Amino acid sequence: MQTLDLARWQFAITTVYHFIFVPLTIGLAPLVAGMQTAWVRTGDEKWLRLTRFFGKLLLINFALGVVTGIVQEFQFGMAWSGYSRTVGDIFGAPLAMEALAAFFIESTFLGLWIFGWDRLSKRAHLVCIWLFAFAVNLSAFFIIAANSWMQHPVGAVWNAETGRAEMDDFAQVLTNSTLWGAFPHTVTASFLTAGTFMAGIALYWMVRLGRTGKAEAAEHARRVYRPALRIGVVTMVVAGLGVAWTGDYQGKLMFEQQPAKMAAAEAICGAEGEEAVGLSLLSVGLASGDCENVSTLLAVPGLASFLATGSFTGPDSFLPSVPQVQGEREAQFGAVDEDGEPIAYTPPLAITFWSFRLMIATGLGSVALALVGWWMTRKDRVPARPWVGRLAVIAIFTPFLGAAFGWIFTEVGRQPWVVAPNPTGIDEIRLLTARGVSDLPPGVVLTSMVVLTLVYGVLAMAWGKLMHRYVVEGANTVVRDVSPSADDPGDTPLSFAY
Amino acid sequence: METSALTILWFVLIAVLWSGYLVLEGFDFGVGMLTSILPAGDERHKESERRVLINTIGPVWDGNEVWLLTAGGATFAAFPEWYATLFEGFYLPLLLILLALILRGVAFEYRGKLARASWVKAFDAAITVGSWLPALLWGVAFANLVRGLELTQDGFAYHYTGGFWALLNPFALLGGVTTLVLFALHGTIYVSLKTSGAIRDRAAALSSRLSVAALVVAGAWAVWAQVAYSRNAWTWAAVVVAALALVAVVWAAWTRRAGLAFIGTAVTLVAAVVLIFGAMYPYALAPLAADGVGLHLATASSTHLTLVIMTWVAVLLTPVVLAYTAWTYWVFRRRLSTADLPAPAALSWSAAKSAFATALR
Repeated sequence: MQTLDLARWQFAITTVYHFIFVPLTIGLAPLVAGMQTAWVRTGDEKWLRLTRFFGKLLLINFALGVVTGIVQEFQFGMAWSGYSRTVGDIFGAPLAMEALAAFFIESTFLGLWIFGWDRLSKRAHLVCIWLFAFAVNLSAFFIIAANSWMQHPVGAVWNAETGRAEMDDFAQVLTNSTLWGAFPHTVTASFLTAGTFMAGIALYWMVRLGRTGKAEAAEHARRVYRPALRIGVVTMVVAGLGVAWTGDYQGKLMFEQQPAKMAAAEAICGAEGEEAVGLSLLSVGLASGDCENVSTLLAVPGLASFLATGSFTGPDSFLPSVPQVQGEREAQFGAVDEDGEPIAYTPPLAITFWSFRLMIATGLGSVALALVGWWMTRKDRVPARPWVGRLAVIAIFTPFLGAAFGWIFTEVGRQPWVVAPNPTGIDEIRLLTARGVSDLPPGVVLTSMVVLTLVYGVLAMAWGKLMHRYVVEGANTVVRDVSPSADDPGDTPLSFAY
Repeated sequence: METSALTILWFVLIAVLWSGYLVLEGFDFGVGMLTSILPAGDERHKESERRVLINTIGPVWDGNEVWLLTAGGATFAAFPEWYATLFEGFYLPLLLILLALILRGVAFEYRGKLARASWVKAFDAAITVGSWLPALLWGVAFANLVRGLELTQDGFAYHYTGGFWALLNPFALLGGVTTLVLFALHGTIYVSLKTSGAIRDRAAALSSRLSVAALVVAGAWAVWAQVAYSRNAWTWAAVVVAALALVAVVWAAWTRRAGLAFIGTAVTLVAAVVLIFGAMYPYALAPLAADGVGLHLATASSTHLTLVIMTWVAVLLTPVVLAYTAWTYWVFRRRLSTADLPAPAALSWSAAKSAFATALR
């Protein structure tokens, strides 16, 4: 394999892996902070229990999110130095700001939260988790600002003398329409992930308690786990609506900004480009990567056009087809690269088409959980049917998959560009992925890809083991309030240590 | 070549970030290194002492590491060509450092979370490798920057062409030993500041011996760096400051003044960064041969606008970061000993089962 392919695989593996842990942290941190707030305000011990329980899961998860994030920061220089030197003038700024504005808060205040239970007053300790929750979301903002610039460059000019893109207006980078589509979409999806996680675990535990058939167990389920389930369900409903709404907004942006991604996502191949297009539910023949063998077997008429343009029929609803995009791009940017090889201006059809559908389909797992969880626990009932418990566990995984497919879609759908040209503005800023890769022998990148994958695999097992064990332990252990009082200024032995 | 004032400011700021990183993570690398050599007594007691060591840095190591991420991000933003050329060129050593940091970070969080000997042992190994290896490699990497690199220029892009093995030259290896000894010393002093009881005495005794080794090794490396490679005469000042600080450390360590000794090692590390960056100036990546290709700071720099924006962000946020970081150290100012430790937070299966049974009652 070439360095380019290996570098792309490595980036895909490390990024998708990193993004298993990130969405749960983004969504769960505010939920834990909310539960701790409930404890501080009401003094009800069940909120402290739930805070500790989900707090532990949050920490186990955050640890892997942090360490895999370090690789991301350096990988741009290591494997993508062509990219870094060409756009670093703009792209580096949000990355540096993430470190300075968000990472310092995250790491410092999480440390204070973990070790500060008996060192800080209740209120100061509560402020720590809220600052942490705020900072992880701020992190997401800066990273998506950087990513959105690659999807839709704004606020920059091309300098032919230095051979790079240069910052022109940073305010535009931070007000990029792509950013304001992608950031709320990512955050709502993260809340959907965390809500599903909380509700899934709570429902699993309610079933486990309900199956004992004992009245005390049912009472415990009602008292401790039902509130967690309700919080999870409400989060899922609100976040789910947000995901759908922001997703729709992004679809319309994609039509304007990345027609090639739209054409590939819908596998629009024939002359349909001249008429309203249906949303394909099943297309076949995508694997060859071009339009030769593609045929749409099942489609909802006009729906793709409606989602992209707000119109089912008529001239406003015409979507570009793959061959049409290819033709336009060839006329604009040339048909061949510097080595005389033809450039495919549409992303791989099969991956783009299916990752888009799988993103939506897996995301829907949360809907099933929300409905079942809400229905099975109405009027204080405690479910005891095994399938409910099984559904709860399976549903937990679905938004993680949705998030992974979402990133695969948005990143693969941008190919062959690493910086996609901006058709609504400065199309002289653009960079082919092949031009962004480092000048390294393939063996070097192969080595790092294999080693990172192995290490990540081992760590995933440790993560899974701890998550499983701590979920199964549950929030049953009574926890003490250890916050320092006036006569005890916090000089007692630690209540928590590694 | 004209280097603007803002470019120089950002060169200095990146040096400041590296100073912060080496001073802060320097001691937590040192503490990590100590977990494999300092604990004494039977296995049970060793385990308690290992936990004491890890807990002295528990609340702060992650914040310390952010200095590295910020240094990386700031280099990307302020000097993209430097970031790109350096990390592409140092691909494999950087990968080793990243792997070490990954394993180490996870180990701190995970090692105590499961009460099983093989689990704890595996993560102890991760802490050991994750602390010794970067302590060595950072010195190797920085020494190579001082010494200069074989570069080529291809249009706008610069590339390192020396290969991996060329980085392991005698000067760089001595640089590696220097950071290894300095971090070990810095960590030992930190432990003698943050603990009480037998472990504190052992740490203090070790720090006296290490301080002499550090004076010899670091002194030799600094003089070598200055005489053979520095591109500026004024960096002699940094060499002198480092030497004086280390002499003070030797005195403070032998007379059990841990606070002064800690300030001394911190000053030494800052002086080392001043020497390293000063020796490179005006290059971001200095040439190995006098007539070789070097990446000049002005060439490596971002545009004026980017630097202005970054300067504003740094000016506004840095004091805030420093303030809450200082507060963290204040909150956790108390010394630790084996007597202070609660039972391991690890999940105990029997406790979980009895809690479940209690919930049913």
